[in-house]
Amino acid sequence: MAFDRSEVEKVAHLARLHISDAEADEVTSRITDILELIDKMQSVDTDSVEPLAHPLDVKQRVRPDQVTETDRREQLQKLAPEAESGLYLVPKVIE
Amino acid sequence: MIEKTAAELASALNNGEISSVELTQAYLDRISAHNEQLNAFITVCEESALNQAKAADEKRANGDSTPLLGVPMAHKDIFCTEGVTTSCGSRMLHNFIAPYNATVVENFNAAGAVMLGKTNMDEFAMGSSNETSFFGPVRNPWDLERVPGGSSGGSAAAIAADLCGMATGTDTGGSIRQPAAFCGITGFKPSYGRVSRWGMIAFASSLDQAGPICKSAEDAALMTNVMAGLDIKDSTSADIATEDYTAQLGQSLEGIKIGIPKQHFAEGLSTGVEQSIRDALAEYEKLGATLKEIDLPNNHLSVSAYYVVAPAEASANLSRYDGVRYGYRCENPVDLEDMYKRTRSEGFGDEVKRRIMVGTYALSAGFYDAYYRKAQKIRRLIKNDFDAAFKDVDVVIGPTSPHTAFKLGAKTDPVAMYLEDIYTIAVNLAGLPGISIPAGMSDGLPIGMHIVGNDFAESRVLNVAHQFQLATDWHKQKPDLSGAGS
Repeated sequence: MAFDRSEVEKVAHLARLHISDAEADEVTSRITDILELIDKMQSVDTDSVEPLAHPLDVKQRVRPDQVTETDRREQLQKLAPEAESGLYLVPKVIE
Repeated sequence: MIEKTAAELASALNNGEISSVELTQAYLDRISAHNEQLNAFITVCEESALNQAKAADEKRANGDSTPLLGVPMAHKDIFCTEGVTTSCGSRMLHNFIAPYNATVVENFNAAGAVMLGKTNMDEFAMGSSNETSFFGPVRNPWDLERVPGGSSGGSAAAIAADLCGMATGTDTGGSIRQPAAFCGITGFKPSYGRVSRWGMIAFASSLDQAGPICKSAEDAALMTNVMAGLDIKDSTSADIATEDYTAQLGQSLEGIKIGIPKQHFAEGLSTGVEQSIRDALAEYEKLGATLKEIDLPNNHLSVSAYYVVAPAEASANLSRYDGVRYGYRCENPVDLEDMYKRTRSEGFGDEVKRRIMVGTYALSAGFYDAYYRKAQKIRRLIKNDFDAAFKDVDVVIGPTSPHTAFKLGAKTDPVAMYLEDIYTIAVNLAGLPGISIPAGMSDGLPIGMHIVGNDFAESRVLNVAHQFQLATDWHKQKPDLSGAGS
């Protein structure tokens, strides 16, 4: 599967990354190399193999639906680049 | 005193040979003498460490004899530590002061261990040389021109240089075991789910596992006793009873069967490493073990499958760094999309961005079956290989890394770096416990031996490692730091 510059731009947008024109060629060639490494998998027939998503064969636990966390909004929002009156501030989204 | 193992330090503290305050001060002095050269610590917590040490001394005076009480340690900077910067080696979190403690940190606090500081690491644990850290590379105490391995390179270098008594690390594809090999120390990755991941910054959630980085297998057992156990805050934490991991250390190896994977002694393995591992295996025969060649036919596909699974999970996990709730935000964003994109492009380094891109691509519409699903099927084949092997043998032993520590800047090609973990990655994909212990030297550089056990066979792996350390003294070799620092 060819991975070219237009693909880089598409994937970068999906990942919300900005790849500058100066970087684009290098990024394209590095990722092409990585995909070549990955493509070695395609040499093996796995049609009858069940996928393994996770090493532990267990079910997700559920817990009683009770409040266990205390309200730490003020403390947690102190970490934000911009917060005010309990809200996180971001650039204007709606005019 | 600072060169002692954690077990020896604990007994010196118990016997009153030294106080935790004195010991902590000795390590802080050692750090201030050598950290500039080694760059092993990102943050040093002098004041809080001395306070913890004082508290430990008081507890001991009141009759508390918890095994690791008052032993000074370091945490990899991937573990959240309340009130202390937790950077994960990234510009993205360089200003992040964690609002809570990881479960691993809580457990060591409860055991009375003293936290000296936070150790350097590859950015978001993505790397095998510690060169992707935003805070600069760590240097290998055995040769300052060489890498310490990664991603837990800071913890490994700190142990090798006696900057702390014990340390924590995390291992997604070899990040505890490979730096342990390069630095000539002991590094243990327990089974997936054995140690809580809560508060441990996520890289690849189905692979990440925390473990001890330390000076002996006995120390690894003592630390596993503190770290292991069910944690309701981590939904993948295993609900399997823990053991006293020191209980079986003394067991004889008479009659034990060791599997030798032929794929781990094939092309690419340096002769110095091969010779040391073969000598170590001969030592095991003297201890009563029998050796049996085994086949791991899908091992060569492990790196390929890993570089789908790990980036895919990373791309999802790292989507949380958006400049809104914590961490880095770019200057003067013009709109929301500009803020997301510039924050992430400026906050992440090149390797992290590459992996996010690969993971996003592998999960994108049209490619899911060819990449992610295919990788999960290969993962099953790799797990099946180990399941078959463990029907015949008790542990699997081989080299941890194909060669000794390489020079800083020597590997600029990402794929060449990825192949560094050729012997360790399959163990993460299968979720098994694995340890690296020192087993020789080549041209003045340490060589690591990799011992892998079946699911939740931590005690067996530690026993096999400990018996080797009783019979040999490779783990007691120390680098000469007299030329470095004061």
